[in-house]
Amino acid sequence: MQISKSLKNILLVELLLPTFLLLIGIYHGLMQVIYRAGLIHSQKEFHLDYYQGLTLHGVINAVVLTTFFAVAFGHACMAFFLKKEPNKNAAKLSMWLMIIGTVMAAWAMLSGKASVLYTFYPPLKAHPFFYLGAALLVVGSWVAFFDWIFVYKSWRKENPEAQIPLAILGTLVNFSVWFVCTLAVAYEILVLLLPWSMGLKATINVPLSRMLFWFFGHALVYFWLLPSYVMFYTMLPKLAGGKLYSENAGRLAFFLFLILSIPVGVHHQFSEPAFSPSTKLFQSILTFGVALPSFITAFTIAASLEYGAWQNGARGWFQWMFKLPYFDKENGLFGYLICGMILFIFGGITGIVNSSYALNAMVHNTAWMPGHFHMTVAGPVFLAIIGMSLYIVANITGKEIKFKNFYTMTPYLWTIGICTFSFGLMWGGLMGEPRRTDLGMTYLNPASKLFRPDWVPTTQLALFGGIIMTVAFVLYFISIVATLMSKKVKEVVIEFPVAEPLHEEKPIALLQSFKPWLVVMAIVIVLAYVPALMDVFKYTGKGAMPYTPDNPVPVSISK
Amino acid sequence: MDKLEIKIIGFTALVLSAFLISLMIAMGKKNMDVPACIPYNTAFSKPHLKQIDSTTYEAFMVAKMWSFEPSEMYIPVGSDVDFYLTSNDVVHGFHINSKALNMMAVPGAINKQTVHFDKPGVYKIVCHEYCGTGHQNMQAEIIVNYKTKPKN
Repeated sequence: MQISKSLKNILLVELLLPTFLLLIGIYHGLMQVIYRAGLIHSQKEFHLDYYQGLTLHGVINAVVLTTFFAVAFGHACMAFFLKKEPNKNAAKLSMWLMIIGTVMAAWAMLSGKASVLYTFYPPLKAHPFFYLGAALLVVGSWVAFFDWIFVYKSWRKENPEAQIPLAILGTLVNFSVWFVCTLAVAYEILVLLLPWSMGLKATINVPLSRMLFWFFGHALVYFWLLPSYVMFYTMLPKLAGGKLYSENAGRLAFFLFLILSIPVGVHHQFSEPAFSPSTKLFQSILTFGVALPSFITAFTIAASLEYGAWQNGARGWFQWMFKLPYFDKENGLFGYLICGMILFIFGGITGIVNSSYALNAMVHNTAWMPGHFHMTVAGPVFLAIIGMSLYIVANITGKEIKFKNFYTMTPYLWTIGICTFSFGLMWGGLMGEPRRTDLGMTYLNPASKLFRPDWVPTTQLALFGGIIMTVAFVLYFISIVATLMSKKVKEVVIEFPVAEPLHEEKPIALLQSFKPWLVVMAIVIVLAYVPALMDVFKYTGKGAMPYTPDNPVPVSISK
Repeated sequence: MDKLEIKIIGFTALVLSAFLISLMIAMGKKNMDVPACIPYNTAFSKPHLKQIDSTTYEAFMVAKMWSFEPSEMYIPVGSDVDFYLTSNDVVHGFHINSKALNMMAVPGAINKQTVHFDKPGVYKIVCHEYCGTGHQNMQAEIIVNYKTKPKN
């Protein structure tokens, strides 16, 4: 369908800005595996140090890219599935808030005033612009969401009997979770961090700030993931030549994410003081619950793919796996989604290990963790984002994708890279190799007293995988730049492959309305987080003064 | 909803329960748990190793930019050590390699976990949370040896 010029421009900016920023983000990913493998024994190479690079890598890849894409993809879904474009001014305001926020945070990080990593754990202190930039980025995404609620309501008025399209349900669920969870981090930033980082407040309650961060932090990973889930349910079956096995299953999965995404954050804090074991155990069990919608998805999508392969002549139990359009150059998007799903099997299983209460002690904060989450956020999330970005960009500029070989190969090469990289990290993690550490300075430096020869093979594997991933991204980047530079050859449209349901299902009343699920969401959050909040106040002592990362003396005294 | 779909949801719930139950059984057998919460008290900010009886120790650990105190401890084989942990400045990590002891050192809060050393060796404590530019230097050692040192 046609789209307005203003929406087209907004989509282009919101998809391409983070893609170009990825050059910095991925460069620093590569630099980290080089530092970690001990190829460089210094803190600072090429003017940017390890922890500064790590901050840039995390913020750009995991926050800026994902938020911009979720908003852009949401706009595109509204326009395509509801046949209603979002309000022009709201979309513009949202875009500018996000851009200003990104620029502020980018300045703070690039000038070395915010090397506090993307979790910004106080009492390490960053420049106030870093916190403010993050807040503006979040608020910008809220503006888009508020507008979509109006778009949805007006569609509902015109179509009182119709079922809400699954893609719209997924998008609205995603941003509902996002809005609730970001309230906590907005409070952390505006009330706790900003006045403290500007010197207006002397100390900060560290356990409280950490609890608020993780209230947001785990829901954040579902915010990354759900756009991919929307693609898995509504597009992937069609790309495979089949139909969606069950639409109601998709609705149920999205609603389960709505109620269970937030009240699981304490599973990032099993190793911490100030939370009683019962609080931790309760949220551990809820985390097992949030695995359920992913299992449902795995089954439903596998069944849909199997059906698609049967249409192409597959027979028997296993043949369907080999009869899918893996390397079809005219259907490159399929590879991005299928590779993402395969990686997510391993990402999901390792996630269950992490959330298993006391078992977490084996892996907490070791290299196992980045090994795990690169198979999620750099698996289904990242691949769906870049695959879909180029797909949309080509459509709305009326161009053919150039270097289709590169575009088609990227996800497979990336998957090989990630598997190698994550295997190295996870193996090292089980031997105690820490995450977020400039290993090349000490542990992987043969001249250091702290040298750990047992971590040499694991960091080498991660290095090897990291190089493959970088090459895969370069191929993708060549393809997107060449596409942008090519001539317009077709009409400007916004078009998605739409998977029809395999059989007509009776609408289930409970899966038609947000209200009951929102109520349950509120109840579960209260049950999970009121005890956590009480623990924090019961077990916390004095507050903490701000520190810059390079000085063991607090800021107020060292001045 | 589709019948197979309902079956698979039930099956998944069973699998996840099986994971959870086996986890509980294993924790009971290995006597494992997550760290315990201790109400805050400034007395925990003084680093020292205290012997309670011949095989029981209490280690009061303080993490700071960029070292642990005490940084070297000698403990006999077969000991149980209660580690109490806090931080003097920013957040640090505390992981004893090849032991299931993994804690965060958080300023303003006290963490506690117990570990049993049944084999001799040098156990490395690594800080695994980013704590500033010197983070990669932050390490300590526990030397677990036999009570009567063999004479040279």
